[in-house]
Amino acid sequence: MATRQTRTLARLMMAPSVVLLLIWMIVPLAMTIWFSLQRYNLLYPERRGFVGLNNYIYFLSDPAFGSALLNTLLLVGFVLLITVVGGILIAVLLDQPIFGRGIVRLMVIAPFFVMPTVSALIWKNLLMHPVSGIFAWLAKLAGLEPVDWFADVPLFSVILIVAWQWLPFATLILFTALQSLDPEQREAAEMDGAPALSFFFHITLPHLARAITVVILIETIFLLSVFAEIFVTGTGGPAGNIAFLVYAKALLDFNVGAASAGGIVAVILANIVAFFLVRMIGRNLEA
Amino acid sequence: MARRVSPTYKIGITAVAWVVAFLIFFPILWMIITSFKTELDAFSTPPKFLFFDWTVENYAIVQERSDYVRYAMNSVILAGGATLLGLIIAIPAAWAMAFFPTRRTKDLLLWMLSTKMMPAVGVLVPIYLVFRSLGLLDTHIGLIIVLGMANLPIVIWMLFTYFKEIPKDILEAARMDGATSWKEVVFVLAPMAVPGIASTILLNVILAWNEAFWTLNLTTLNAAPLTAFIASYSSPEGLFWAKLSAASTLAIAPILVLGWFSQRQLVRGLTFGAVK
Amino acid sequence: MGKIELQGVEKSFGKVDVIKDVNLSIEDGSFVVFVGPSGCGKSTLLRLIAGLEDVTAGKILIDGTDVVDTPPAKRGLSMVFQSYALYPHMSVRKNIGFGLRMAGRPKAEIDQKVESAAKILNLTQYLDRRPGQLSGGQRQRVAIGRAIVREPKAFLFDEPLSNLDAALRVQMRLEIAKLQDTLGTTAIYVTHDQVEAMTMADSIVVLNAGRIEQVGSPLELYNRPANLFVAGFIGSPKMNLLGGQSAAPFRAATIGVRPEHLRVERNGSGTWRGRVSVAEHVGSDTFLYVQVDGAGEITVRAPGEVGLKPGDIVGLTPEDGRIHRFGDDGRALAA
Repeated sequence: MATRQTRTLARLMMAPSVVLLLIWMIVPLAMTIWFSLQRYNLLYPERRGFVGLNNYIYFLSDPAFGSALLNTLLLVGFVLLITVVGGILIAVLLDQPIFGRGIVRLMVIAPFFVMPTVSALIWKNLLMHPVSGIFAWLAKLAGLEPVDWFADVPLFSVILIVAWQWLPFATLILFTALQSLDPEQREAAEMDGAPALSFFFHITLPHLARAITVVILIETIFLLSVFAEIFVTGTGGPAGNIAFLVYAKALLDFNVGAASAGGIVAVILANIVAFFLVRMIGRNLEA
Repeated sequence: MARRVSPTYKIGITAVAWVVAFLIFFPILWMIITSFKTELDAFSTPPKFLFFDWTVENYAIVQERSDYVRYAMNSVILAGGATLLGLIIAIPAAWAMAFFPTRRTKDLLLWMLSTKMMPAVGVLVPIYLVFRSLGLLDTHIGLIIVLGMANLPIVIWMLFTYFKEIPKDILEAARMDGATSWKEVVFVLAPMAVPGIASTILLNVILAWNEAFWTLNLTTLNAAPLTAFIASYSSPEGLFWAKLSAASTLAIAPILVLGWFSQRQLVRGLTFGAVK
Repeated sequence: MGKIELQGVEKSFGKVDVIKDVNLSIEDGSFVVFVGPSGCGKSTLLRLIAGLEDVTAGKILIDGTDVVDTPPAKRGLSMVFQSYALYPHMSVRKNIGFGLRMAGRPKAEIDQKVESAAKILNLTQYLDRRPGQLSGGQRQRVAIGRAIVREPKAFLFDEPLSNLDAALRVQMRLEIAKLQDTLGTTAIYVTHDQVEAMTMADSIVVLNAGRIEQVGSPLELYNRPANLFVAGFIGSPKMNLLGGQSAAPFRAATIGVRPEHLRVERNGSGTWRGRVSVAEHVGSDTFLYVQVDGAGEITVRAPGEVGLKPGDIVGLTPEDGRIHRFGDDGRALAA
């Protein structure tokens, strides 16, 4: 119903969102770029001045940057891998004729609703503690030396926690998609005598493609800026990602210039990722 | 789907599913169990699973520490406020895009989503400084603005997905029936949009409740919600895991229950319409 | 009263012209069907009349008044949608009464009118149900009920039967035609199904690519199609259209013969001679698909049971005066 009045009305209705999002995006971003070209430390506010790209050179040549970049990518990559593969397997499992599916599903999705600070503390203290954690106890039962998780494999520990939080999300979405699979397709495949495994690869997986896209898109948005899990478990040094590094520069060193440069680096990184994601999801969604 | 399956298969697959589900749920279960232990039992090796002196004293202690209630109140205020703010801005926009789409609507939506991809750290410094100069640091209103804006793109997307499912024919029927614009909204659209709006509210409350970047960086005490309250337990002093567990249980219980009840509605909006 | 006139109506979506200079006069009380292939603009034309779309140019007169700038509700028309567009959260009673309620009529009047509409449509026992609890046919009736209680100047139907199964479609077709006849209200009915058009209409408007190809009564269109498009579109099975050397003896670029106007000779003698490729026996008729050298496949509708089978050689002769002749421009030539 495209009549003249409705079009004008539609523009008015969209204006607040568009304007606010523009402000929300552009003003801080412009300020960040401005700060990133300045010498600016909150501890020495009088020593300000234009320093060109020095902050970028300083930030990028910081040995912590290389590891932060690597940690960011490893974190996103491995969590995506674990949650998508695990999510598909659990979704297929839930789709089987099982007793008490409702309760099973409630248990499986529960971690999604746990706030990051809580899950980090629970895993750190109750499960992964090298002396009294459940994992240490299990290791001792098996006759192994308990692992000091956050000291020995900090990044892996963080990946484990974050993957645990996001596995339910992937499972839930993939399970919903799986249920929309036309039962007649399954029956047709049965008539064709397709073995379960080839049914999975030729019918189920392609059917899940859109849902997997959605999972990857949303998870990436959130995983690029994982913060609380690293902050709370105190693994910012060895396992810190770019988000954490910028936080450290800004609110621990009070070095606004360097932190801003880091922020811009993070934005550029996210844009590279977003570029591919938006293209991918743009194809898969009819808006 | 009435598939014939052998009882053995069903029992076997049920067992596998329950084991997997139990493993995933275990950290939460263990947290809840630990919250009922004395601090000594909480730390004991081998761990005590069920046979210990069950006690609720940890809850009493956490309750007594008056700050818990205040943190919880802050969580409610921030999640509620941010959700309300987001909805007020998002509903008209999603509405317009769903019912009066143009050729640019899809691009506009993708642009909105891309603002969500901009990492928070990229704008942490200016927001921090602006808030400091405006006196918004550690205030409810400041956090509500930030959380509301941060989730706005997702809220618009979800609402758009729901609104798009309302058949246009029905709006046209109402117009033929002589409903004026606002009557159309009150009598026809609002009742049909309520379920979608409700699940958007749920998801937004969950996201805002659990948000732990802005809440950790922009609050200290006055407006600090439960994420910050729990984070304060991260300093490794003393043995208070039972109390930590009790506080954590209290912190996640409302959202966990809310999420459990609304999981079906949540999924549909979260998939951005890509999964039916 | 409900006389509707379209004068030079045009509609473009961006650069695409969907409706091109349509002129049409619809008499009060008549049942007019817009028919045409999908994408021909018939639904758009209906929506222009309804006011759900703005015209790009031209006038729409209802009882002599130009309504181009009048909002839909003020035009005094009511519409039945393809999807029924019932309000899912309202009972049948509320659905039917919604228009009257919006018009601010007193409750007693609304109740009385809803009850009587429900009686006409056999919906009385379902008045307190929600649309979701009704069958397709019942929903269709509710949509019609919603249209009739407002006592409009004209009903607009947008492919209302396309979501029903075949048997129900025939039944509803009858009911709608009867209802319109009883009420005597002007009706404009859009469909892509030419059988619906032929059975229901007083007057058929055949549309193609945004233009009116022909306007006329069902039998006028059947007996005197104005051009090749109408000839091919009206009638089932489709008219056989033959060109080239088959048409030359008749001094036309193309000739058309309807399948029911061909006589079959078993001995193979006749205007055309060919081999039966498929014979469909439906009891009352037999449909023969005959391969004719130089003319292609010709469809024949022979009455009753004809004992022909694939491979048989037959001769085909058109009945006298049943040959339609078309010129180079596709227009019909005078007989």
